[in-house]
This record gives sequence, structure tokens and C-alpha cells, in this order.
Amino acid sequence: MSAIIEIDHLSKRYGSGTAALNGVSLKINEGEILALLGPNGAGKTTMISIICGLVTPTGGTVRVGGHDIRTDWRAARKLIGLVPQEIALEPFEKVIDCVRFTRGLYGAGPDEAYIEKLLRSLALWDKRDARTRELSGGMKRRVLIAKALSHRPKVLFLDEPTAGVDVALRREMWSVVRDLSADGVTIILTTHYLEEAEDMADRIGVINRGELLLVKPKAELMGEFGKKHLTIDLYEPLSELPHSLAERGLTLSKDGLTLGYDYDTRADRTGIARLLGDLTQHGIAVRDVATKQSNLEEIFMSLVADKPEEATA
Amino acid sequence: MNWHSVRAVYHHEMARFFRTIWQSLASPVLSTVLYFVVFGAAIGGRIQSVEGVAYGAFIVPGLMMLTVLQQSVSNASFGIYFPKFSGTIYEYLVAPTGWIEVTLGFVGAAASKAVLIAMVILLTSFWFNGVHIAHPVWMMAFLFLTAIAFSLLGFIIGLWAKSFEQLQIVPMMVITPLVFLGGAFYSASMLPPFWEGVAKLNPVLYLISGFRWAFFDLADVPVGMSLVAVALMIVVCMAAIRWIFLTGWRLRE
Repeated sequence: MSAIIEIDHLSKRYGSGTAALNGVSLKINEGEILALLGPNGAGKTTMISIICGLVTPTGGTVRVGGHDIRTDWRAARKLIGLVPQEIALEPFEKVIDCVRFTRGLYGAGPDEAYIEKLLRSLALWDKRDARTRELSGGMKRRVLIAKALSHRPKVLFLDEPTAGVDVALRREMWSVVRDLSADGVTIILTTHYLEEAEDMADRIGVINRGELLLVKPKAELMGEFGKKHLTIDLYEPLSELPHSLAERGLTLSKDGLTLGYDYDTRADRTGIARLLGDLTQHGIAVRDVATKQSNLEEIFMSLVADKPEEATA
Repeated sequence: MNWHSVRAVYHHEMARFFRTIWQSLASPVLSTVLYFVVFGAAIGGRIQSVEGVAYGAFIVPGLMMLTVLQQSVSNASFGIYFPKFSGTIYEYLVAPTGWIEVTLGFVGAAASKAVLIAMVILLTSFWFNGVHIAHPVWMMAFLFLTAIAFSLLGFIIGLWAKSFEQLQIVPMMVITPLVFLGGAFYSASMLPPFWEGVAKLNPVLYLISGFRWAFFDLADVPVGMSLVAVALMIVVCMAAIRWIFLTGWRLRE
């Protein structure tokens, strides 16, 4: 798969001395969905803003479709669509005029057939003559997406597309993003919601304090960092855990009917087989066993927590 | 240069003007009618004529200039300030569009609106006075050039402003006094010599003088000077706008 965006040692240091980005390098493949995860102030929006032309970098290069964003900015920006974090629309403008305007601003000639197709695909066609101030929050977000797609970009940046929206709307947005990806648009989204990245992304990048801590395919990341929790339900309650089992890290629930055990999927031996053998040896009858994969939130927290502060400041 | 971008910005701005066409036209026309009544009919009845031109007719170019200057500045400054206020300015900054396209779109629309309103005022003045235009082509040329120059100035004010108060203060505190002191309602030659010299430091005097020359063949300063003044203003404003866009001052902060 060829890279549509090549970021090389990208840095941004503000006049106050604050480093928003510290030599970030990343290749984004054509057609993929990349989720950038990170806490507030991690540098996600700065990175997107530099690629889109809103912020000037202090170091490094970015190429979009082979075009340098500084020396060949017109060609680079034609390939990009941006959906900003804040909903910003002219309140008295009609939906269809907003979309036509952005298409024109990007230097593309009128194409009413495409605009109709676009508005229909985002369920906005019936609202085409409505003023944007009359729309619900979800519709406004979809208008922003329609605007960003009006000139047929190859890359779409979604900066926290579901920040502050309810669950139903969030799912609706995810379905829109999946449809766009199916049409071949490369999507880069930043999010706080780990569920969002877990559900949608092909690859996940974790960014914190201006550094890209890692970028991995989602499945690999989950496998590599995933811890599992084993739950063992017992037939008879235990009043106390045998000493040898407690030493292995087993925990006993208050009612004495459930044992818990955390293990690392990366370890050579998980120790489960031996554990089950020990339980039989102690005459503990097992009713059921279940395992649970740790989610991205836990992975993310462990990554961010592991990083020494002085190395990233 | 991408003409689709220029056209998009121009249409977008003109659409706002036409959405509120009656407010856009009614207010300047009403205030001009009041000027005609007060200065032309009431005071003009006592002044009779200035340098051979009936006072009611003499003030027409000045009134048109007053409106063109106010409308150019307010339309262009509001045009670019509103996207800054609503947050939609990001679109102009991320689009594959240069400063020249954005400026042409905004300034072209603001100047068009100002010229349109000035023409309506000219038509209104025909109803009050029998105005004769000595050089109609030059009249239109001065009208367009002045509208463009002050729309560029308004565009800079809109880029600079951080609040609606700042947006209002420059037109109110600077533009209106300059027009009133620039000979909108009198000829600079009517002033005592010292004050005539002071008045000639006012750039707006050159614009009104050139415009009045196009109407009545009468000028306070040579017509060439008027043309140089307006051309100079256009060049200086364009250079300032280019600098603002290239450095991102008040745009990317």
C-alpha cells in the first residue's frame, strides 16, 4: 500500500517555548482509517493543523500525495478535506450554498450532480434549503463533512468528530466514516473516545506530549499490549484462598465463589494450565471459566503512564 | 490565480447583500435624502451657488463619496471579520487559495455593493437637482477606484479587528471626519489659506476633488494628483494585505 501522507520529523515550538510537536514521523497509507489517540494538549490538533495549513511548523516536512505542504501547497491542499473540532458554519446560509461555496473556494467548478449525490449520501438532501442555524447538532456536523468532501479530496481529517455528541449520533457518524472509507477516502481522525478508535480504525497512533508513542495496526496493538483477565466460577464457596494459590496472584471474591487472575498474552507461559491443575489438586471444583480482553482505554493508560515525563516534555 | 475561488468568495459576499437588499439600500438612501433636504434645500437656499454650481448639485459628488467610503469600509471589514467571529475563517486558510484570490473576492464584492448604492444615490439626486455630469467615464472610473481603495482599507480593518467595537471605531472616528473635512460640503478654496493648506493633507480631499471634477469640471487639486492619491492608496493597502496573509498576523493566532 502506498503512503498518501509522509510526515518526517515534524516539530512545532511556539514563541513561549512550548513544544507542541517533537519530531513526529509517520506514514499514512492510502485508503486506511488512522485514529490518533491522546489526551488534551497531546499535539493531535497541532499535527492536523500543520498538515492542513492552519499552523506553520518550526521543523520537518510533510508531503501529501507527493506534494510538499509548504513549497507545493496548492496541489497538496487540493487533496485534503478538514472537518474541524468546533462546529463553525455561517448561520444564515442555506446548506446547499455552504457546500457549493466550499467547492468553489477549493478552486473546483460547479458540479450540481456531485453535490446532490454528496448531500443524499449524508442524508442532507431534504434539508438542502434549510438555513444552517435551523439544523440539529448532528446535521451541522454532517454539513461540515459535506463541505470538507465538496471538492472530492483523497484525504479527510476529522478532528474529534464526535466530541460532545450523544451515543446515537456518534454511531451515526461512525457509519458515515465507514461509508467514506469504503469509497476509498483516506481518513485520519483524532479522538478521546477509545471506543471510537477501537471500533473504526485500521491503525491506531498514540500521541502524548508532542510525541508519537506508537503507531500499530489495531489488532496487533490489542494483541501486543492486551492483558487478559480470567474469571473462575466455583461450585462451593471458599472461606480462604490456599496460600500457594494466593502467591500466584489469584484473588478471591467476597462471596468466595469467584477467583480472578490477570495474565499477559505476550508472556511465554500464561500459567493457566498449571493453575487449573493446582485447583484440582486442592480439591476446588470449577463450575465455569471466562476470559476478558483488556480494552484500548487500559492499553492507552498504560502507555501514557509508562512514558517518563522528562523524556517527552 | 484560481478564478473559481474568486468567484466563490464574490458570490458568497454578494448573496449576503442581496439577502438584506432593502436594509442595504434603504439606510444609505434615506440618510442621503436627509442630507439633500437639510444641506441642499434648507441651507442651499441661502448659499445659492459655489463656483457657479448650484449648492444642491455641488454637494452631490461629496455625498456620493461619503456613502462610497462608508459602505466600502463597512462592507469589506464586516465581510472578513464575520468569518473570524463565526470561526469559518479556517476554510479560507486551509483552501488551496492564495491571498490574492481571497482579497479579490471580498474587496470586489464590497466595492460592487458600494458602487451600486452610490448609483442609487445618484439617481435619487436627479430627483432633487438637475445634476449634469461633465465626464461620465471619469466619474465611473473615480467611483470604482475609490470604492476599491477603501474596500481594501476596510478589509485591513476587518483583518485587524478583534471585536465588533473595533470594527466600528475606525469608520466612525477616522473615515467620517476625513470625508467631512475633505470638502464633501464645500470647496477647499472657500477656506482661509492656512486651513486650505491643512485640508490638502487629507487624502480624501483628493478623491472628492477628482470626483467633483468629473461632475463639474471644477477641482481643488489637479486631477492627476487625485489619480495618484487613489493609486497609491491601492498599492499600499495591497502590500499590507499581502503581508498580513503571509505572516498570518491576526489570522492564524
